[in-house]
Amino acid sequence: MKRLFIATLVLFGLAVGMTYAASVYPEIPKATGEPHPEGNEYWRINHMDLLRHDRDLTVRDGIRDTDASLAGCVTCHAVNGSDGQPVTFKSEDYFCRVCHDYVAVRIDCFQCHNSIPPKMDKASLMYKGKTETFEVLLAYIEGLSK
Amino acid sequence: MNIPDLKLKGAEIHRRDVLKGGAALATITLAPGVTLMAMGNGVAAAANPGVRWGLLIDAGKCPSDCSACVTACSDEHGWENNGLPTDPQWIRKVTLRDKETGYENTLPVMCQHCENPPCVDVCPTGASFKREDGIVLVDRHTCIGCRYCMMACPFKARSFLAESITDQKPYSPRGKGTVEGCNMCVHKLDRGDGTTACVEACKATGYNAMIFGDMNDPESDISKALASYPSIELRADLGLNLGVRYQNI
Repeated sequence: MKRLFIATLVLFGLAVGMTYAASVYPEIPKATGEPHPEGNEYWRINHMDLLRHDRDLTVRDGIRDTDASLAGCVTCHAVNGSDGQPVTFKSEDYFCRVCHDYVAVRIDCFQCHNSIPPKMDKASLMYKGKTETFEVLLAYIEGLSK
Repeated sequence: MNIPDLKLKGAEIHRRDVLKGGAALATITLAPGVTLMAMGNGVAAAANPGVRWGLLIDAGKCPSDCSACVTACSDEHGWENNGLPTDPQWIRKVTLRDKETGYENTLPVMCQHCENPPCVDVCPTGASFKREDGIVLVDRHTCIGCRYCMMACPFKARSFLAESITDQKPYSPRGKGTVEGCNMCVHKLDRGDGTTACVEACKATGYNAMIFGDMNDPESDISKALASYPSIELRADLGLNLGVRYQNI
């Protein structure tokens, strides 16, 4: 009987804990585009290392054809504000800030990097191949409407 | 530069394979849609050690009232100079005056992309570095803003960004507390344009005072021009072997 009581208590505690956790844990905004093949957990743990590795390849060796790029991150993970435009890092709703504010870890990326998706002008053509122009445009428009 | 081996599984191995395998594998792994923007067009464009990018500027063809190259650079990279001594200046027009005769001519001066750059020698963090293809850059990830490189540069080519900025160009990140300067439009070179914003602007004005190209390639326009006409380096006495050369000054 005593054991059953304790079990009930534990179960009750877990249930309360889970409800509480669900309300405190940050609500991570949904991204557009294909999901990461490695899974979200992998990226949550390793995103900083993956980006650090690629940034050195790009800046030092001029290799721009990397899997991960900050411009890519901010494009898929753009969060639209009330005006329908992607919000910048200044907004609390910004994708990176949702978790980083929660765990109180400051990020410096956006002191230098632009935090909103590159505009589809001549300047951002470097991010895509010539043949995929239409596909990318479609995906971009799709992303805007979400 | 040696990149430390990251002890990661999955994406890391996969990335290595992409780099080794080149375009074919990269195309397979490309996800459709937006992700493409992150991954480029599957052609690895790396700094080529066989290349030495260089500029040849003919001061005789550079009129004093033209600053198209400066405007083009400012537009391309998003910097703004309002005349304050602390404002950024990746490229500027300099006026030379012969004291004896009063003859004046003007020429653009920017980072001279030395073969032996003093800014790289003095940098305490390794942020100031020279790429394999001869372009001298600041890695803002490691720049601490000490400004030693600005002191060391004989050409006053670098400037310090003292104020927070927003809305940077995606291909040209800049931020407060770091040193910056001409990067020979690496983003354009890496995507294979083979030219820079200033040279394009100079061509568009019709003055054609600037030639850009690979100084190691004997068939390039710049190599041919260098071989046919006399040209000088600024402060040749320093023995820095500059990537920017001038004519008619």
